[in-house]
Amino acid sequence: MAAGFKTAEPLEYHRSFLAKNCRPDGRELGDFRTTTLNIGSISTADGSALVKVGNTTVICGIKAEFAYPAVESPGKGYIVPNVDLPPLCSSRFRPGPPGEQAQAASQFIADIIESSDVMQTEELCIVKGKLCWVLYCDIMCLDYDGNLLDACLIALLAALKNARLPKVTFSKDSEVPEVNLENRTGLNIHKHPVAASFAVFDDSITIVDPTAEEESLSTATITVVLDEEERLCALHKPGGTSLSGQKLQDCISRATTRHREIHKLIDKVIQSTKTPE
Amino acid sequence: MEVCGSSSPTLREFGCEQNLLSRPDGSSSFIQGDTSVLAAVYGPAEVKVSKEIYDRATMEVVIQPKVGVPSVRERAREQCVRETCEAALLSKLHPRSSFTLVLQVVHDDGSLLSCFLNAACMALMDGGLPMGCLFAGVTCAINGEGQIITDPTAVQEKGSRALMTFAIDSTERRVMMSSTKGSFTVHELQKCIAISQKASEKIFQFYRDSVRRRYSKTL
Repeated sequence: MAAGFKTAEPLEYHRSFLAKNCRPDGRELGDFRTTTLNIGSISTADGSALVKVGNTTVICGIKAEFAYPAVESPGKGYIVPNVDLPPLCSSRFRPGPPGEQAQAASQFIADIIESSDVMQTEELCIVKGKLCWVLYCDIMCLDYDGNLLDACLIALLAALKNARLPKVTFSKDSEVPEVNLENRTGLNIHKHPVAASFAVFDDSITIVDPTAEEESLSTATITVVLDEEERLCALHKPGGTSLSGQKLQDCISRATTRHREIHKLIDKVIQSTKTPE
Repeated sequence: MEVCGSSSPTLREFGCEQNLLSRPDGSSSFIQGDTSVLAAVYGPAEVKVSKEIYDRATMEVVIQPKVGVPSVRERAREQCVRETCEAALLSKLHPRSSFTLVLQVVHDDGSLLSCFLNAACMALMDGGLPMGCLFAGVTCAINGEGQIITDPTAVQEKGSRALMTFAIDSTERRVMMSSTKGSFTVHELQKCIAISQKASEKIFQFYRDSVRRRYSKTL
């Protein structure tokens, strides 16, 4: 009976739960799904992380390559994020060139890297004007069940913290870089931006960490990104029904507690991988 | 051409021309200082079967840059404009049909996203599409000294440490869309929202005046 009701009237089905301050998967309105993190999952990448937020699974691999610095910024390297939503992760994505959602997510991640100062691109410079690192951060969704942006940002941050770049010596005469793959050093991560996403139901009820189904039924979604100093790096609301300043404030407060949880999780996982060495 | 001289220095001079293209169902050109955008809307029209939605209209937004082909940045902006229009339009009145909005950048001198939104709203109005509310785009920049500049130019945008664009709705003056760059405190955010809400009053007044002027001739 319940299954039939869910298929025929999905919105009414969700409303009947929301009226009792809970959700079909048993969570309360302000609860996130269980978040699990695994770092160093891809041994061939320079840094990697696998994140699961409920069923949503995202993997991030970082590949470092040499590049020529841009002429206008000779002392800087590059960080190039790319979010891929293959048809593997959900039936809503088609094969072929990246769709609007994948492109918007890539742009969002690129904006966060720039706004939050997660790391200084000056530190990716090897020889000023001659050689620098470019970090390709490929983020791939393996299972799409809503709240993509939160998962992507956790994966990116954990992978950057996991990344270790080989030492490079640059001889001035021959201008050939020599790479010492044995001697690797970690990156200097300055800020830890963490995202928290919300969905708005019926113009008034805000729920935290929406699933794919909740996302498609909701009238608006909001993503708040905070760093550890409680500064906002992004307040991304790509449209949908309008919200008052007070409601936005509530979302920001919830995002603050979420930041603490995720920061603790990343630290814990990194600590646990360090011990066996 | 109608030009509204802003009485306070917060917004650059802005103006709009509606119904300037003959083929689209609605068109407008919106100018904020030196930033200028041309918008055209088609609809309700037939929709591709793959994009058909059974209980409402499909909205499509295309942003054309001045030079070159649309890139990832344009796609992200398209998403912002599209979802704002979707929320404002009463798309349930036209199920299984499509609305297409084309935004052509004529000149970019800062606050481009807010100019897109304003041009889009004027074009939708000109097309006579059913809307639940109007919307206005306002861009705020916070400069190095912590001052808030509304409707910044490209130079002011470059020198700013944070940049926020909001779409404000006309019924309750609440935030429909928000897109930010750079980092800022919660207090600064609330201040920028309050300023944008105030600035949106001017734009809504301009919408009202320009529509009144236009229809006073025909009636």
